Amino acid sequence: MIKEQDKFLSPKLFTLQPDLNKLPDKEIVFEPNDFKPASDDKKENFIEKAESMSYWADAWRRLKNNKVAMISLGIIIVIFLFSFIGPLFTSVDYSTQARHADSINLAPSFEHPFGTDKFGRDLFVRAMYGGRVSLTVGVCASLIVLIIGTLYGSISAYFGGKVDNIMMRILDLIYSVPDVLVVLLLSVTIKIPLQNWVNTSNSAFAAKVGVLGAPLISIFIAFGLLYWVSMARIIRGQILMLKQQEYVTAARALGGGGRRIIKRHLLPNCVGQIIVMTALQIPSAIFLESFLSFLGIGVSAPMPSLGAMAAEALAGIYSYPERLIIPSIILSLMILSLNLFGDGLRDAFDPRLRK
Amino acid sequence: MGKYVIKRVAQAVIVLLLVAALTFVLMNLVPGGPFLGEKAKSPEVIAALNAKYGLDKPLHIQFKNYIVKFVQGDFGVSLKMQKNRPVSEIIAELFPTSAKLGLISLLFAIIVGIPMGCLAAYYRGGKIDSILRVIMTLGISVPGFVIATLMLILFGVNLRWLPTIGLNDAASYIMPCFTMAFYPMCYLGRLARSSMLDAINQDYIRTARAKGVKSSKVIFKHALRNAFIPILTYLGPLTAFILTGSFVVESVFSIPGIGRYFIQSILNRDYPIIMATTIFLAALVIIMNLIVDLLYRFVDPRIDITKGGGEA
Repeated sequence: MIKEQDKFLSPKLFTLQPDLNKLPDKEIVFEPNDFKPASDDKKENFIEKAESMSYWADAWRRLKNNKVAMISLGIIIVIFLFSFIGPLFTSVDYSTQARHADSINLAPSFEHPFGTDKFGRDLFVRAMYGGRVSLTVGVCASLIVLIIGTLYGSISAYFGGKVDNIMMRILDLIYSVPDVLVVLLLSVTIKIPLQNWVNTSNSAFAAKVGVLGAPLISIFIAFGLLYWVSMARIIRGQILMLKQQEYVTAARALGGGGRRIIKRHLLPNCVGQIIVMTALQIPSAIFLESFLSFLGIGVSAPMPSLGAMAAEALAGIYSYPERLIIPSIILSLMILSLNLFGDGLRDAFDPRLRK
Repeated sequence: MGKYVIKRVAQAVIVLLLVAALTFVLMNLVPGGPFLGEKAKSPEVIAALNAKYGLDKPLHIQFKNYIVKFVQGDFGVSLKMQKNRPVSEIIAELFPTSAKLGLISLLFAIIVGIPMGCLAAYYRGGKIDSILRVIMTLGISVPGFVIATLMLILFGVNLRWLPTIGLNDAASYIMPCFTMAFYPMCYLGRLARSSMLDAINQDYIRTARAKGVKSSKVIFKHALRNAFIPILTYLGPLTAFILTGSFVVESVFSIPGIGRYFIQSILNRDYPIIMATTIFLAALVIIMNLIVDLLYRFVDPRIDITKGGGEA
C-alpha cells in the first residue's frame, strides 16, 4: 500500500523534510582548532569546481546519455549515408532498365541485394534514391514550416493587440481547413503547372526547381502551406511569455526596433523549442510523402519513392512479397528513428517536459 | 453561449467557402478536363459538352453558379466516373460503408488506446510502461499502408485466414479496421499517457490518496477526468476523418468507400465529385470541431469557451 502511494507523491516532498534518521547520535565535540581561519588550501577545496556548461553542452550531455536517442541517431546516419552516398558507388541509375529475360524479376542475390523489378531495374539502387526523396522531403518541408511558423508566430506575439487578434483569427481559419484533403488536392494540382513553368521559364530559379522535380516541390508547398500553424502557435506562446522579461524592456529602452528584438533577443531564447518542433516535423513530412506516393499522387515515375515502390509491388504481392516488405521496413525504420530522436531532443532541451 | 455558437457557425461557413473556393481554383488550374482523354473527340464536341455543363464560362461565374446551386441543394452530376448521376446520390451510397468501417475503428482505438495510455502512466518508469511506449511510438511511425500491406501478405496471402478484398462478412472487417485504428490508438495512448502524468502530479491527487480513495478510482475518476481535455481535442477531428474513410485502407482492400472514390475523382478530374466530396468532408471536420469545443464545458466547467477564441 505504501509503495503504491509513493508513485503519486513527488520525490520533492521527501527531500524538503529533514531526515531524522541521519542526524548524528552522539553530541558533537568542538576543538579550538575548529575555530582557526581556514587555510587557502581548504578554501580552494571548499568550493566545488564545476565547469560552467553552455546551454548546448548541457543539452548534448543529456542527449548522449539517452540510449534510445543515440541508437536512433545511428540508424538515421546509416540511412542517410545509404541514400546520399550510396548512389555514388553504383554503376546503374534508378531508371536504368535491363530488359533481358535473365535480368528481370530477379530474386535478391549478391549482385542485386534487393532483386530487380519487371523492367530489370535494380531495386537496391531504387531504394537508395527513394530514401533520398524521403529525406529531402522531410528536411525541406520542415524548413519551410520552420520559417513560416517562426516568422508568423513571433510577429503576432511581439506586436500583440489588434495585429495578434487578426493574425490569430487567420490562423484559426487555416487550422480548421481539413489538411489531408487539401494536401491531396494541392499536390495533384500544383504539379502540372509547376512542370510547365520549369519547362518554359529560362530563369536560374526555375532550373533549380527542375533539379528537385516539380512533384517534390508541390509536396513541399502543400506541406508548408498547411502545417506551419501549430509551429506558429507554439512560438507565439513562447514569445508572449518572453516579451514580458526585463531584457526586452531594456533592449527597447536602448532603441532596439521590433525586428532586432525578435531576431536578437526573443527567438534565441526559444531556440530549443524551435529545434525540437522542427525535428518532429521531419518524420511527419516523410509520413505524408509516402502516403501520397503510395496513392500514386506523389513523385512521378520513373523517380522512385519508398511509398511508390511499395505501391508498385502490391501488384506482385503473391510472387514477390519481399519487394513490398523491403521499402516498407526502410520507411518505417526511418520514421521511427526520427520520431524517437525527436523525443530524445525534446527531453534533452527541456528536462521539465521529461515524462 | 448562444451568441458564441452563432459566431462559430458563421466562422464555419467562412471556412467552408474558403475551402470550396480553394478547391475550385486548384481544380481548374490543372490543364485538361473531364472530357479529354476519353475517346478521341472533335474540338466541337468538347466545346458543346463544356457549354452543356457550364464549363465554358469564366471561373468566377462558374464558382458563383456552383455556390448558388449548392445552397439550393443541387450538388451537380458526375461528369465522368458515373456519367450524369447526381453527386448527392453517389455520396449517399458510398458514405455509409466508410462510416461503418470508421465507427468500428474509432471505438476500437478509444477502447484500447486510452486505457493503454493510463496503464503506461500508472506504471511509469517500469517495464510495462517501456513496452507500451515502444508499441505506441511504433504505431505513430509506421504508415498505414505498411501495416495494411504487411497484414495482407501475412494473413491474406500466406496464412489465408482473412479475405483480402471487399467487406462481405465479419472477418473481412478485421484487417481494414485494425489498420485504420492502429495510428489513432497509439496517438491516443501517447496523449493519454502524457496528460495523465500531468494530472497525477497535481495536489488534488495527493489529497485523494491521503483520504484513502482506492488507487483505481483515483486514476479513472480523479485523474482521467482532468486529463481528458487534450484527448477530447484530438477526438474531434479524428472522428470526422475516420468516419469519412481512410484513403489508403480503402485502396488496399478494394472497399467501395468515399475515400477511395475521392482519390479516383481527383485523378479523373470529375469536378462536381471533387467539389462535393471536399465540402462534405470539410463540413464534417468543422462540425466535429465545433461539437468538441462545446463539450469542453461539460468536461471542465472552469473553461469559458466564449472568451479568448477557444484557445483554452
